[in-house]
Amino acid sequence: MSTLLETDGESLLAALRSLLADKNLVSETEIAEARAATDAASPGQGARMVAKAWTDPAYRALMLADGRKAAEALGIPMLGAPPLGVLENTPDIHNLIVCTLCSCYPRAVLGYPPFWYKSPAHRARAVRDPRGLLAEWGTVLGDGVRVRVVDSTADYRWMVLPLRPAGTDGWDATRLAAIVREGDMIGVTVPMVG
Amino acid sequence: MDKDVPRAHHDMGGVSRFMCDPVDPEPHTLTAFDRDVDALRQVLARKRMMTVDELRRGIESIPEDDYLRLSYYRRWIRSITDNLLRRGVITEAELAAALKDAR
Amino acid sequence: MSAFAPGAAVRVRDDWPETRGPCHIRTPHYVRGMEGRVVRRLGVFANPEDLAFARPAAQRALYHVAFDQPSVWREGRAGDEIFVEVFEHWLEPA
Repeated sequence: MSTLLETDGESLLAALRSLLADKNLVSETEIAEARAATDAASPGQGARMVAKAWTDPAYRALMLADGRKAAEALGIPMLGAPPLGVLENTPDIHNLIVCTLCSCYPRAVLGYPPFWYKSPAHRARAVRDPRGLLAEWGTVLGDGVRVRVVDSTADYRWMVLPLRPAGTDGWDATRLAAIVREGDMIGVTVPMVG
Repeated sequence: MDKDVPRAHHDMGGVSRFMCDPVDPEPHTLTAFDRDVDALRQVLARKRMMTVDELRRGIESIPEDDYLRLSYYRRWIRSITDNLLRRGVITEAELAAALKDAR
Repeated sequence: MSAFAPGAAVRVRDDWPETRGPCHIRTPHYVRGMEGRVVRRLGVFANPEDLAFARPAAQRALYHVAFDQPSVWREGRAGDEIFVEVFEHWLEPA
């Protein structure tokens, strides 16, 4: 068995697709649909949630209490998705998400995890040297801000509700969403104005 | 200093050998292979043919050198294959034949 | 196993199933044997240690547990913390 498992990935994938189709277990259409669904998810979905939380206190409360419901309220499909935990950054606490054991990521909202999130660098450094890691991303925390590293080890998937930056008074949700990036919702960066 | 404990190699939190790895913030666009492996896993999970837990176990069982060398989705497809064989969804003979046909 | 309340002081069992054969453990090595504080109960989920081997899996309570980050690594900034999802069967009262 081990020799077969060492076959190159492309060949394994092609063989599995062909066998599963022949056995009527998995069709090409199903694979294409699943691919399209994940392609449709993106950091933009998370950014919309963040922007709404910044402008609507009731939505913010919902997002922190039940991330899945909050996502669904904005039309983000969450059927079959794991529970979504949202942790807010405050003037006292900065959250940083990692999965040291593999790469658990809030895919249903944010889409495919970025390369860096899955790398040994992030998985090893986040829990042991979070401030050094943040510094490498150019993220400087204020004096007195504590770091909370959240290791996604089980059934929940986690994302960060960043602090709304200064200089955004009066902005509408669309304009706010445009400054919220993937890294901001994992906590390696914070939203920037201009 | 690493904790002097019998940790599994995928259990990477704080492991010294990676503490000096720089962050690579580049996007690294996913290939068609990557997206299709991802999609296949989703469909198998939805149909209860393989759980995410089985996927993880399969990845963790990859020997350390291969685990570190293989790309993310190449680890996935190896684990998916292992799990489908374990569950008897496919047999080694069928897999060998399908691999031969593809050549 | 009785439930842990938010704020409860807990210790992660200093156990190493890795030394006894194939297993799938979601309790990271760096918190085993460490003391922490329960943040909240996250819910009840099937035990991944059994799901991973396609075995029948019991429902287990899952807790969010806070660990003092510098205590885990003997380096770091005072006040920093690590939150880890830990299943009830890995926790004992501290």
